[in-house]
Amino acid sequence: MTEANVEEKVNAPRLKPEGPWKIAWKRFKKNKIAVVGGVSFILIVLAVIIIPMIYAFNLWRDVEGVTTGQLIRETVNVDLRAQEFQLANSEQPPSRENLLGTDRQGRDVMFRLFYGGRISMMVGVLSAFLTVTLGTLVGGVAGYYGGKIDAFLMRFAEIVQSIPFLPMMMVISAAMRWVPSEQTMLVVVFVVGILSWPGLSRVVRGQILSLREQEFMQATEILGISDTSRIVRHLLPNVLAYIIVSATLGMGGAILLEAGLSFLGLGVSPPMPSWGNMIQTARNSTVFQSYPWIWVPPGMMIMFTVISVNLLGEGLRDAFDPKEIR
Amino acid sequence: MLRFLGKRILQLIPTMLIISLLIFIVLDFMPGDQVQAYLGVGSEVSPARQEQIREQLGLNEPLPVQYLLWLGRVARGDLGRTNIYNADVSDVIFGFIWNSFLLNIFALIFALLIAIPVGIKSAVKKYGLFDNFFTVFSLAGVSMPTFFFALILIFLFARNIDWIPLNGMRTPIMAVRGYESLWQNITDVGRHMILPVTVLTMTSLATLTRYTRNSVIEVINQDYIRTARSKGLKEKVVIYKHAFRNALLPLITILGMWVPALFGGAILLETVFLWPGIGRVLLNGITSQDLSLVMATLVFYALLRVIGNLLADVSYGLADPRVRVK
Amino acid sequence: MRDTRDTREPILEVRNVKKYFPVSAGLFKKPFQVKAVDDVSFTMYKGETLGLVGESGCGKSTLGRTIVRLYEPTDGEIIFKGNDISHLSSHKLKYLRQQMQLIFQDPYSSLNPRMNVNSIVGEAMLTHKLVKKGHDYEDKVVEIVEKCGLAAYHVNRYPHQFSGGQRQRIGVARALALNPDFIVADEPVSALDVSVQSQVLNMMNSLKDEFGLSYLFISHDLSVVKHISDRIGVMYLGSLVELTNKDALYENPLHPYTKALLAAIPEPDPRKIKKMEAIKGEIPSNINTPSGCKFHTRCPYMKDRCKEEVPEFRELEKDHFVACHFAEEI
Repeated sequence: MTEANVEEKVNAPRLKPEGPWKIAWKRFKKNKIAVVGGVSFILIVLAVIIIPMIYAFNLWRDVEGVTTGQLIRETVNVDLRAQEFQLANSEQPPSRENLLGTDRQGRDVMFRLFYGGRISMMVGVLSAFLTVTLGTLVGGVAGYYGGKIDAFLMRFAEIVQSIPFLPMMMVISAAMRWVPSEQTMLVVVFVVGILSWPGLSRVVRGQILSLREQEFMQATEILGISDTSRIVRHLLPNVLAYIIVSATLGMGGAILLEAGLSFLGLGVSPPMPSWGNMIQTARNSTVFQSYPWIWVPPGMMIMFTVISVNLLGEGLRDAFDPKEIR
Repeated sequence: MLRFLGKRILQLIPTMLIISLLIFIVLDFMPGDQVQAYLGVGSEVSPARQEQIREQLGLNEPLPVQYLLWLGRVARGDLGRTNIYNADVSDVIFGFIWNSFLLNIFALIFALLIAIPVGIKSAVKKYGLFDNFFTVFSLAGVSMPTFFFALILIFLFARNIDWIPLNGMRTPIMAVRGYESLWQNITDVGRHMILPVTVLTMTSLATLTRYTRNSVIEVINQDYIRTARSKGLKEKVVIYKHAFRNALLPLITILGMWVPALFGGAILLETVFLWPGIGRVLLNGITSQDLSLVMATLVFYALLRVIGNLLADVSYGLADPRVRVK
Repeated sequence: MRDTRDTREPILEVRNVKKYFPVSAGLFKKPFQVKAVDDVSFTMYKGETLGLVGESGCGKSTLGRTIVRLYEPTDGEIIFKGNDISHLSSHKLKYLRQQMQLIFQDPYSSLNPRMNVNSIVGEAMLTHKLVKKGHDYEDKVVEIVEKCGLAAYHVNRYPHQFSGGQRQRIGVARALALNPDFIVADEPVSALDVSVQSQVLNMMNSLKDEFGLSYLFISHDLSVVKHISDRIGVMYLGSLVELTNKDALYENPLHPYTKALLAAIPEPDPRKIKKMEAIKGEIPSNINTPSGCKFHTRCPYMKDRCKEEVPEFRELEKDHFVACHFAEEI
C-alpha cells in the first residue's frame, strides 16, 4: 500500500481513534476459545463468591431472633461457622440436602468446595500479584539503570531461580508450622510469590532494554520529561501487556502449587478448606475408596479453573502480540 | 569453547555456596530438636549427655560457624546421619535416587517415543482433528494436578485388575522373603511401575508434544523446506530427512536440561504411589524434622537444577556460537 | 545567495568537541575508544540551515546528539547562545530543553505507540508548565499540528493510524511544541519515500521562516542537503573535513573527499557524460583510526606529510574551511 493510499484512507475525518488497547481487545474478542476461557473464569469467580453466601444466608435465616441487618452482615461475612460439625450426619453421599454429600466431620462438601475455592483462588490471585510486583520491580530497575545494578540483580534472579521450587516451598512451609489455620493461606502466597518472580523479571528487563533504545524514549529525554514520568507514562504501558499475561498464567501455576502443598499437608491447613487440602483427605484409604464425593470435586474444580485461566492467558497473549506461528 | 564451559562451571561453585547457605538459614527456622533427632525420638537421656551431644554436633556455635562446619563435613564426604533410616545420609540419598531414576527414565523414553511422532503429525496437519485433539490434551495435561490424576487412575484400577498393583515398588512379601530369580524381581518391580510411569509419561507428554509441534512448525515454514519440496522430493522424505533433523535441535537442548532432573524424585507422585524415591525421602525428612537429611536432600535438588541450567546454557552455546564469544 | 556574513549572530559555537565511547576489550584490559566525534569545531548562525553530510558511521548523528546534550562531550566546549552548556547539570539542562530540540529519523520508533498525537505533541508543554491542561492546551496543540500540515481531527489518533510522512510531521510538531530556537534534524527524511521527502522539507523551510529557527540538518543524502541548506559541512570518520556555503561547495570543493563524494553522484542526463571515479578502499574503523589525516588511506593525492600530521581545519578562502595539507594545490 503506497503512502498516497494510506494518506487517503487515514485522512478521512470519520476514522475513529483506536489505541493499542482497543485493538488488542478486538483481537481478543475474535478468539472464541479465549473468550470461553475468560467467561468460565468469571463464572467460577462468581460461584466462589456467591455460593458460600447462599449457604450462610440459609443458615442464619432460621436462627431465632435474627434481625435483617444481622442477616445481611452474616451473609456477606461468610465465615466457617456456616459449616457445622454434625457428626451424626457424617460421610453421607450426595443428596438433596447436601448436594455433594458430607465429609467425615459432617460438613457439607459443596459449601466447603466453594468456600475453599475462595481460598485457593485468592492464593492464586495474591501470589500472582506478589510475583508481578517483585518481578516488575527487579526487572524494571535492572533494565532501566543497567550497568552494575543490572548485573547484580540478574545474578540474584539467577540464584533464586536455581532454588528447587517444590522442595524449598515445603521446607519454608514446614518452618512456619506455628501459623494458625486461617493465615496459612498467606504463608502459601508468600512462599509461591518469592520463588516465582525471576521469570517475569527477566521478561520485564528484556522489554525495558529494547524499549530504551527506541527513539521515542530518547525523545522524552530531549523534551525534558522527568524520570518518573518516563517510567510511568512511557515505559510501563509498553510493558504492561507482558505483565498481564504473565500474571494470568502465573495464577494457574500458583493454584496448582497450592494444591500440591496442601495435599502434602504443608499448605493451607484444616479446618480452613482449600481445594488442595480437600484432596488430602484421599490419603486416608477409607475416604479414598468409599467417599469419592469428598476428594474428587475439588480436583475437578482445580482442573476447570486452571484450564480457564490458561485459555484466558494464552488468549490475552495472542491478543497483545499476535505471532503467526501458532 | 572450553573456556566458556570452564567459566560456567566455575560459576557453579559460588551459586551452590549461596544456595546452600540460604537453605541452611531457612532450615534453622524449622522446629525440631537436633539432639532428639540424633538420638532417636523418645529416647530418655540426661541433660548432661544432651549438652555433650550439642557440643559435639556444634549446635552451640553461631550460625555462620555451623554452616562452615557443615561445609567442612561435606567436603570430607560426611553428609550426616539420619535417624529415620538409621543410616548415613549419603547412603540414603544415593540409594534412593535410583528408584526415582527408574521411574523418570522410563517415563521420559515413553514420552519421547510418543511425543515426537505426535508432534510431527500435529505440525504437518496443523489445526486438523489430530492436532486439535492433542492441543486439548496438552492443555488438560498441563492444567491438571498430577497427583489428582494419579489418584483417579488408582481409583479406576482399584477394583478391576489384580495384576496392576496400586502402590509401592515391590510386593511386600516378596521384598521380605527375597526373590527367587532375577526375572521375578524385574517383573515385580515392573508391574509396580505401570501406574506411576503412566502418570509421569502423560505429564511429560503434554509439554513435549507441544514443544515438538511448535519446533517442527517453525522449521517447516523455513524457505529451505520449500526448496526441498520444489525439487520434487517426496513429502515424507522432506519431513523426516530435512525438517525433522533441524526441529530436533531445540528438542535436544531441553532434553539436556532434563537429564539432571531424572535423578530428582517427583515428590507428589511418589507420595501418592508410596514409591520409595528421593522425593519421599525429602518429605519424610521434613515431617520427622530430620535436619541433616533435609539439608542434604535439598542441596542435592538444588545441585541438579543448577547443573541443568548449566547444561542448557552450554547447549545454547553449542548451537549458537555468538553466545560463546561474550 | 544570502550573504549576511557580517551581520549574522552566532547561535552555536562548537569548540574542539570530542565524543569517545569506551568498548570493553575483556575483563582485565583497558577498553578501546570508539572515536565517534574527534575534535570538531564550527560556528552556526542564527536563522541558517547548516547541512551536515557524511557516510554512515562518520559521527554526524553523534555530533548532533552531543550538541543537544543527549550525550555529554568527552572533551571540548559547546557554547549555545553565549553559554557553555557542555557540562550542565541535569537540573539546568531542563531549561535548555526549551530552546534546543531534535527531530528523529525513524518515524516508526520515534513516537510512543501508546500515546495519541495530543499527548505526544503536548506532553512537553505540560512538563515545562507552558500551559495548563484544558482548552488552552488543546488549542495550542491543534495550532502546532496544523502548522505541520495535519488536521485538527488528527490529534486523537494513534501513531499506527498514520503514514510515515505524517508521523514525521508529528515528530516535527513535537519538537516545535516548546518553541525552540535551534533544532537538530537527524536524517528526518531518510526513511521516507522520495515523493514525500520534498513535502516534509518544504514544510521545514516554511516553519523556519515563520518561527525564526536555525537548523542543523544531518543527512547522508547530498541531494536532500543541497535542497535545504545554506551552508554545508562534510564529515569523515569523526572529523569535519570541509565547511562552506552551499554554492561554493558544489562549484569549488576543496577537500579530496568532498570532490570524490560529488563525483559519485550519478548524472541523470545521459547527454552529459560524467566520469565517475569510485573512492578507493573502505572506511577504516573508528577505533584504530589512521594516523595523521584520516583520509590518507584512500586519498589519491596522499603524500608523506598526510600520514604523520593531522591537518588543521583552516579557513582557506573566505568562509570556506578545509582540513587538508595540500588543499591549495589540488
